[in-house]
Amino acid sequence: MKTQSHAQAAAEFIKDDARTHWHDETLWHVRQKRDLSAQGIPEWETLRDTASATKDYVLSHLDELLEQFEANALANGVEVLWAKDAQEHNEHVYRILQENKVSNIVKSKSILTEECGLNHYLEDKGYDVVDTDLGERIIQFAKQAPSHIVLPAIHLKKQDIGEIFHEHIGTDEGASDPKYLTEAARQHLRKKFVEANAAITGVNFGIAETGGFVVCTNEGNADMGTHLADIHIACMGIEKLIPRATDLGVFLRLLARSATGQSITNYSSHFHKPAPGKKLYIILVDNGRTEQLGREDFKNSLKCIRCGACMNTCPIYRRSGGYSYNSTVPGPIGSILSPGKDLKKYSTLPFASTLCGSCSDVCPVKINIHEQLYKWRQVITENTDVDASKNLAMKVAGYTFGRPVLYDLAGKMARAALKITPDSLVYSSINVWGKHRNLPDVPKESFKEWYQKNRKS
Amino acid sequence: MRVGLFIPCYVDQFYPGVAKATLELLEKHGVEVDYPLSQTCCGQPMANSGYERYGKASSELFMKNFGGFDYIVAPSGSCTLHVKDHVLPKEENAPKIYELCEFLTDVLKVKDIASTFPYKVGFHSSCHGLRGLRLAKCSERMDPEFNKPLSLLKQVKEIEMIELDRKDECCGFGGTFAVAEEAVSVTMGNDRLADHTRNGVEVLTGADMSCLMHLQGLIKRQNSPIKVMHIAEILNGNPVE
Repeated sequence: MKTQSHAQAAAEFIKDDARTHWHDETLWHVRQKRDLSAQGIPEWETLRDTASATKDYVLSHLDELLEQFEANALANGVEVLWAKDAQEHNEHVYRILQENKVSNIVKSKSILTEECGLNHYLEDKGYDVVDTDLGERIIQFAKQAPSHIVLPAIHLKKQDIGEIFHEHIGTDEGASDPKYLTEAARQHLRKKFVEANAAITGVNFGIAETGGFVVCTNEGNADMGTHLADIHIACMGIEKLIPRATDLGVFLRLLARSATGQSITNYSSHFHKPAPGKKLYIILVDNGRTEQLGREDFKNSLKCIRCGACMNTCPIYRRSGGYSYNSTVPGPIGSILSPGKDLKKYSTLPFASTLCGSCSDVCPVKINIHEQLYKWRQVITENTDVDASKNLAMKVAGYTFGRPVLYDLAGKMARAALKITPDSLVYSSINVWGKHRNLPDVPKESFKEWYQKNRKS
Repeated sequence: MRVGLFIPCYVDQFYPGVAKATLELLEKHGVEVDYPLSQTCCGQPMANSGYERYGKASSELFMKNFGGFDYIVAPSGSCTLHVKDHVLPKEENAPKIYELCEFLTDVLKVKDIASTFPYKVGFHSSCHGLRGLRLAKCSERMDPEFNKPLSLLKQVKEIEMIELDRKDECCGFGGTFAVAEEAVSVTMGNDRLADHTRNGVEVLTGADMSCLMHLQGLIKRQNSPIKVMHIAEILNGNPVE
């Protein structure tokens, strides 16, 4: 199946100009809130340096730290499971549900379970998985995927949400008051929380030193789920580790500010051991992470703490929408993670950037995102046959630029041709530049020609 | 001080006025400028498109032309960054390349630019100069404020610098991105333009003619009255055409 390129999907999104600008403004507002809150921290750049160095340490000691984490979690009475890929992860969850005769499941936000396709897997087995994060619940009703990792329903307007809720939980037709809709969702979810006998959560930070972990939510839905249900399954990517509990302060300060501009997420919930009579499972998932760790140029993409700041700042993401990336993690960070999973399928993503570098400078753990986009481009043109005509054009350009006489001649010819060609031909449909933009006026001579005439002694 | 002038290929071919202004400006400030005649392109178009390997010949040619200078100066943040990161050898005695503004502020330490420009001017902060060369503090970082191009424009008499709503958002040029992602590129360009228009800009300037070529393309198509000039032209005291 031929996948739509980012450019094609983006062009579709942009057709609705009003919505595109609404999307851009909405996310730019989040970026501004981030700026304001970061400005309040004089040591912001030191925090970023510290977080970055800590994650570098984690990635270079991942094996030791994982074993330390496992040993400490086991000692706490937690069951620890390892999954090499999405399939194994989903099978673990299914087995736990079966063994514990679980009928009702609530799940708080976890991009990892999206990555593993857990909901669909469990639905095929006859389970109803209720997403309890408000944004996640909205898109679950609408049968959509998240368009943003922190703000999963950011592509929807309140009117859209009113319609979805009217259809699924019986709110008044045409009602779009956020307070009314949120209250309706609250009542709907409360029932689900009470009925649940298993709660699935993600993990924001696993602490090697203690075997504990932290889940950050703004709605308290992870706590509500895990406190009421007897079974808690925490799904964690192996890169989510930090060495010590004292490192948490650095990351919690950066995460919320970078994500939404809050000084801290409303709930930073610490889990260490199961409550008496209850069970706690941690599933440690690889799913391509070890492979990425082995790629020298791309390994530090695994430092990501999933704050979404690179999406909010990205001028392309804001104007093309999360779905244009066609991957679980969209935006700049997704564009350096996804090619490692399927180079061909995601071959257009590293090109969905002007290499403006805003993502790298906003990143709280200082991932050199735009440099990795550049590097993926080199890998893609060498290892896929995506664009034969571009390859030829670049080869010719490279040849020409290596030969001054040829370059001077080609420039002269191009300028002469542009001068005598009628506009109707210059601005024909093959000239993509000229669809909405004029070409520069053609000067009578190049600088070099002028210099040779006027300055050459 | 041996200074070699590098004029990016598209400036050479389409904007010779910008190159002349750069040359004159440097000479005005006492620099003896040498312009090697066999120069072509820095190789960035190939590299950023994923074909770094086809840029070998142009890199070798660049070194042949410029390897012997103490300083290389170019009126483009983007090309300067590419040369710095991908063309020049990472050796101590290799020549140093400077974008024009940073050469004026950091090496020549110009305090009086001696130019007059009685217009409302909007500055487009090109990304490669801003975040690649760190010509100014970008809005993402929380470091102390500084802005090299602006410090030069502030020396211009009678100029009125206009504050923009989004002071350093990308214009959407991005080399081949401008064509490969035409829809996004044009939307980004129009949004930048709207910011300048809304805030009453008469002359839009910047340190990268490539971004300006993109914005100028939109301006001309839409018959907008905004004029576009490279910062070298303003600093050199060129009139508005």
